Amino acid sequence: MAAILLVLPVAAAIAAWLMRSNDARPLLLPAVALAHTGLTAALLCGAVAIPDHDWLWLDWLWLDPPGRLVLGLVSVLFLACAVYAVGYLRFRRERDNRVFVTCLAALLAALTLAILARHVGVMWVAIEASALAGAPLIYFNQSARSIEATWKYLLVGSVGVAIALLGTFFLAYAAVKAGAETRLRFDDLTAVAPQLSTPWLKAAFVLLLVGYGTKMGLAPMHTWKPDAYGEAPGLAGAIFAGGVTSVAFLAILRVLRVCHAAGLGPFATHLLVVLGLLSMAIAGGLMVGQQDFKRMLAYSSVEHMGILALGVGIGGLATFGALLHLLCNGLTKGVLFLSAANIHRAYGSKLTGEGPGAVRGALRALPLSGGLFLAGFFAITGAPPFGPFISELTIARATFAGGHGVVGGLFLLFLMVVFVGMGSTVLKVTLGEGPTRAATWRDGLAGSASIVALLALVVLLGVWIPAPLEALLRETVVWLEGGR
Amino acid sequence: MASLVDALLILVFVLDIFLLGTSRIGSVIRTVAWQGVLLGLLPVLVRTHLDAEAVAVGLVTVGLKGVVIPRMLERSVRAVSIRREVEPFVGFGTSILLGGLGAALALAFTRTLPLLPGEADHLIVPASLATVITGFILLTTRRKAINQVVGYLVLENGIFIFGLLLLEPVPLLVEAGVLLDLVVAIFVMGIMLDKIRREFSSIDTRKLSALREE
Repeated sequence: MAAILLVLPVAAAIAAWLMRSNDARPLLLPAVALAHTGLTAALLCGAVAIPDHDWLWLDWLWLDPPGRLVLGLVSVLFLACAVYAVGYLRFRRERDNRVFVTCLAALLAALTLAILARHVGVMWVAIEASALAGAPLIYFNQSARSIEATWKYLLVGSVGVAIALLGTFFLAYAAVKAGAETRLRFDDLTAVAPQLSTPWLKAAFVLLLVGYGTKMGLAPMHTWKPDAYGEAPGLAGAIFAGGVTSVAFLAILRVLRVCHAAGLGPFATHLLVVLGLLSMAIAGGLMVGQQDFKRMLAYSSVEHMGILALGVGIGGLATFGALLHLLCNGLTKGVLFLSAANIHRAYGSKLTGEGPGAVRGALRALPLSGGLFLAGFFAITGAPPFGPFISELTIARATFAGGHGVVGGLFLLFLMVVFVGMGSTVLKVTLGEGPTRAATWRDGLAGSASIVALLALVVLLGVWIPAPLEALLRETVVWLEGGR
Repeated sequence: MASLVDALLILVFVLDIFLLGTSRIGSVIRTVAWQGVLLGLLPVLVRTHLDAEAVAVGLVTVGLKGVVIPRMLERSVRAVSIRREVEPFVGFGTSILLGGLGAALALAFTRTLPLLPGEADHLIVPASLATVITGFILLTTRRKAINQVVGYLVLENGIFIFGLLLLEPVPLLVEAGVLLDLVVAIFVMGIMLDKIRREFSSIDTRKLSALREE
C-alpha cells in the first residue's frame, strides 16, 4: 500500500508530461492529491499498514511517528494547493503549464519518498530530488527576476544538499567503524547509537544540520529563501514553506534521534537552540520595513523554522510544542501564501509603500483574500484563537520552566519584533484607502475555498487538539528523546 | 594497490590546484572531466579483489563525470562568447593559496578523526576534504555561472572520494540514486545557464543582482 502512495504521484507526473491539453492538465493535480490524502488517511488510521518485508526494497520504507505528522501535513497542504492550482492555472492559461504540473506532481512524489524513507541514503536522494523538482516551479514566470531567484535557489540548495550527503557519509562511516552489521537504516543506527564513534557522529550531525538546515531555511543558510519565495507563484511558495521545509526538519529530527540515543543530546540541542535564536533574530531584523509582502512571508518562514529548531533544542514539553507548531506553521503558511498570491494577482504588484501601483486597502478591494491574509497574519504571529498561539505558548512555557530564562526572554522578544515588523507591512497591505477598481482578478470560490479550509484547520488546532493527534505528538516526543 | 590509490588521489588534488589557477573555461571543463575519469578508477583500485559492483560503479562514474556531464557543460558554454574568467572575486594566485591552506586544514582535521586501521594511512579522507574545500572556493570566488557549476561538481567529487570508504555498506541502488540526482542537478543548472545567457546576454553572475534587501 505504501508503494501506491509513491507510485501515484509519479504516474501523475508522467501523465502530466504526456498530456496535450493545457486546460485539462491541471485537473490531474486535485485528482492525485485527493487519492494521496485518502491513502494517507487510511495509513494514519491504521487501516493499512506499512509492510515490514525484506523483499524487494520495501524494507527501506516505514512510517515513524514524526513521519506520520509530516505525511498528514504535506498531504493536506498539497490537496489545498492542488485545488487552488486549478483556478490559478486557468487564470494563467496563456502560459504552458506542462513543466509546472509535472514538477508539482514530482515534488509530491519526492516529498512522500523522503517521509517514508527508512534508509539515510534513500532520504538524501529523495530530498535532493525534491530540491530539483522545485526549481522549475520558481521559474514559472520566466522573468529576469525569476531566473535570478531560480539560480540562487539551485546553487545554494544544491550545495546545501551536497553537504548533507557528506554528513550522511560521515554517519555511515561512524556506523561502519563501530563494526556493527548495520544497513544504515535509521532504526538500526539508533539501536547501535551507543557504539557509534563520537567524533564522526558529531561531525555528521553538524554537516547534516547545515545541509538540511539549508533546505529548511535556517539562518545563516537562508539567503536563497526570500528570492525564491518572492518570485515563485504563491502556491509553490505555500508548498515550499509548509511542505519542503517540514520534510527537511523531519530529516533533522531523525538524525537528532540517533544523537539522543548516542548520548550526544546536549551537543546537538545546544546547536539547535543557537541556530533557532539566530534565525528568529535575523528574520525579525529583515522583516522590519519590508516593502515586498511575499519576501516578508519568506522571512516569516525563516523565523518559524527557527522556532521549530529552538523547540526541539529545549526538549521535553517544548518538543511537543515544536511538533504541534510544525503542523500549525505549515497550514498557516498555506493560508498566507495563497491569499498573498491572490492579492499580488489582483494588484499586479507585491510592493507596499508610497507611490502609484503600491498595494493598499486590500480589505476593501478584495474582502475575502484581504481578510484571509489578515487572519493568517494574526495566526502566524501567535494570536488566539489560532493554532500557533497554543504551540508558541507551549514552547515559551517549557523554556521558562526548564530554567532557560535568557533563551525564553529572547524568544518572546523576537516574537514581538516580528509581530511589529510584519504587522506594519500587513496593515499597509490590507487597510487604508485602496482602489476599488474592478481588477483583472477577483475573489471567487476557486481562489478562496482551499484557503478557507486551511484557516479552519488552523483555528481547529487552536481550540481543540483531537485526542489521537495529542497521543501521536506525545509518542513522537518519546520516540525522539527516548523518554528522557 | 594502496600506493597507487594514493598516487591517484594526489593527482586529483593536483587537478584541484590547477582548477583554482586556470582562467580558460574550456580547460576548466576538460580538467574536471579528467578528474572524473580518475575518480572512476578509484572504486576498482581500493578493493583488494576485483568485483562486479566496484567495476560497475567505476564505469558509470567515468561515463557520467568524465563524458556526459562535461559534454553538457561544453554545450551550454558553446553559445557564450566569453571564453575565460576575467576578474574573479579573488585572484587566481590567492585562490591557489587558499586551496593549499584548505589541504593543510584537511590533513590536520583528519588527524583528529578516528579511522579504521588500514584506512588511517590512506589519503582518502584528506583528499576528499581538500577537494570539497576546493569546490567551495570555486563556488564562492568565481563570477561566471559556468564556473560555479564546476565548483559544485568538484564539491561532489570530493564527497565521492569519501564514499570510497563506504562502497560495501551502501546499497547499489542508493549509489545509483546519488549519481542520478547529480546528473539531473547539472542538467537543470545547464538549462538555467541557457536561460541566463538568453536573458542577460552573458553568464556573469554580477548581472544577477536585482533581488536584495535595500
